[in-house]
Amino acid sequence: MGYDFSVKGLTVGYQKIPLIRDIEFHMEPGEILTLIGPNGGGKSTILKSITRQLESLAGTVYIGEKEIHAIDYKELAKQMAVVLTERAQPEMMSCHDVVALGRYPYTGRLGLLKEEDERIVRESMVRVHVEELMDRDYMTISDGQKQRVMLARAICQQPEIIVLDEPTSYLDIRHKVELLTILRSMARENHTTIIMSLHEIDLAQKISDRILCVKGEVCSHYGTPEEIFRNEIIYDLYEISEDTYNLNFGSIEIPKWEGSRAIDCEQPGTDDERVEENGVDEFVISSAGSGIETYRKLSKMGISYAAGILYENDIDYQVASALAKHVVTEKAFEPISDRALQEAKLLIDKCKRVRICDPVIGSQNHRLQELIDYARKQGKVL
Amino acid sequence: MKSKDKREGQYIDQRVRYGTAFFLMLILFFILLFLNIRIGSVSISLPDIVHILLSRDDGGTAYQIIWQIRLPRVCMAIVLGGALSLSGFLLQIYFQNPIAGPYILGISSGAKMFVALTLIVLIQKIGRVNSVVMILSAFAGAMMSIAFVLLLARKIHHMSVLLIGGIMINYICSAITDFVVTFADDSNIVNLHGWSLGSFSGSNWRDCFIAMVVVMVSVVLTFLLSKQIQAYQLGEAYAQSVGVDVRRFRIYIILLSSFMAACVTAFAGPVSFVGIAVPHLVKRGFGTTKPLIIIPACYFAGGIFCMLCDLIARTLFAPTELNIGTVTAIFGAPIVIWMLLKRKRSQMQ
Repeated sequence: MGYDFSVKGLTVGYQKIPLIRDIEFHMEPGEILTLIGPNGGGKSTILKSITRQLESLAGTVYIGEKEIHAIDYKELAKQMAVVLTERAQPEMMSCHDVVALGRYPYTGRLGLLKEEDERIVRESMVRVHVEELMDRDYMTISDGQKQRVMLARAICQQPEIIVLDEPTSYLDIRHKVELLTILRSMARENHTTIIMSLHEIDLAQKISDRILCVKGEVCSHYGTPEEIFRNEIIYDLYEISEDTYNLNFGSIEIPKWEGSRAIDCEQPGTDDERVEENGVDEFVISSAGSGIETYRKLSKMGISYAAGILYENDIDYQVASALAKHVVTEKAFEPISDRALQEAKLLIDKCKRVRICDPVIGSQNHRLQELIDYARKQGKVL
Repeated sequence: MKSKDKREGQYIDQRVRYGTAFFLMLILFFILLFLNIRIGSVSISLPDIVHILLSRDDGGTAYQIIWQIRLPRVCMAIVLGGALSLSGFLLQIYFQNPIAGPYILGISSGAKMFVALTLIVLIQKIGRVNSVVMILSAFAGAMMSIAFVLLLARKIHHMSVLLIGGIMINYICSAITDFVVTFADDSNIVNLHGWSLGSFSGSNWRDCFIAMVVVMVSVVLTFLLSKQIQAYQLGEAYAQSVGVDVRRFRIYIILLSSFMAACVTAFAGPVSFVGIAVPHLVKRGFGTTKPLIIIPACYFAGGIFCMLCDLIARTLFAPTELNIGTVTAIFGAPIVIWMLLKRKRSQMQ
């Protein structure tokens, strides 16, 4: 059962002006492909072209052996359903009626629903948890609810392939996860092929079997999430740096408004000089995630600070390296060295205040206590 | 199971509502039909009406008045009123805007201009005009106007620009019609002038029959598009994604709506606001936009509305007759304004 879906040498664009060239991919039934890339990069254009909403300029789209343009609309509707970003604005239509339009390719001349159709409509609505909206006017429900009703409509169409343009927009976290869970279960249980675009790349990484990076002239990368989610690919795709987005955790940090960044510890010059030219207001002592809140707070207030002494595998380090002006580090699982301690002491000498955020101190980093005592002696501890 | 029962209940509620609405329209229909036959310069009593309608052999004045004047006229009002309101409904679907209608988009005026030109040319050359020719020329005019509006719509995606475009077409076509009428033969002018403002007077059975056939075919074709219309209410993209051949569907809608509007213009001249006001009232009254219900209801209500307006037009200042357009505007325009206000409010919410 099910058809392969493949795109060969597709060029898409508006009004005969090509936007993206030579798009190629191939999907087997039940796979999930996610298009990621910056706003205006052409994700929607590709999705519109593979669903026949937009004439493609070159290349072909195949469902199984058949070329998509050779399939008549009603037949195509039985194989492919869409959820678009365009907002439908039906006048005085109940959610039930909106969902029931998914049965269009299966009903007769006048579109009357049989008992079987009604059952499928109800099941689709139950599946995305909108059954209680059945009799509500579509225009009076919230955006997130509308999104889910539209998904129910697509499910009701019983397609082999569902194409969704940013299905998670307007949804809160719970419903985002719920929607993606539904999509995954459709892919795994019913072997429905899913093609969608997502802005949340962290979610894309977790749900997709394949990823297509869309930006500018050509699709820059195509592959499995493991192949695509590498610093150089993602940071280049969105033109961001690791200070802003942490690939491992999918967390976003907002840079300090001064714009200064953590400096590279390997930078030449003595510690003394570096601290001098990069003077900080505060020094934060923490470990094992106890400092994250403080880092974010200080960044928000625009206070420059240094952090330490952190192991390179400490969760605090992930955030500190993005936000702090200077991070004193130590290699993972090693005892704190004289070098690190010296560097930290130097910074404490120069700064105005020291914050101690309940660091976890164990047998390897016990010299942190030494640093705390040093700060206390200077009377800088808050 | 419980929710299923609730839905069954909802279905029954809806059906009761549709049934009631149709029943009320039916009562209104017969009352107005009766009043239209009864009231006029000569008042005819109910027993006489029944007698005349049942026995078709009385050759008296009352018989003549009913069979030759009032019945064809009321029949025309019903047939054309329905066509007009359905034409409006289709245009509203096409433009996804409840303010669209054959008059406001200039379709009626385009038809009017072409009919005026045809009339003058043919009457001068041949001396009489076939009603089929009238319909065809009106259709040509309607297509010209709608082509202009569609061209505008393709360039500028803004409804108000579209409406202004329609109003401009209205002015241009009316100006040309006036110009032509000014230079036409005296004998034609009176006739033409009355017609160019809209009236059901002077209807005869022959025209009525032709109109009925032509309009009924259009109505049936429209009804067969119900399913597509329903899908199109979600917008073009979604309609296509569930299997509507959008390009073909749009052509059908334009042809049908223009044809019905043209037909009305050919027989009764331009009639304003029916195409906007009636579909709106029907949708509110029935509480749905399901085409399977709304298409017949729109047609029926259009007929009723035009019967009422025609009755007022000919009796209010009798023996002077008002133009039908004057009366429909007085009823229709406030409804449109009310609609605009309501829309604004619901948008703000």
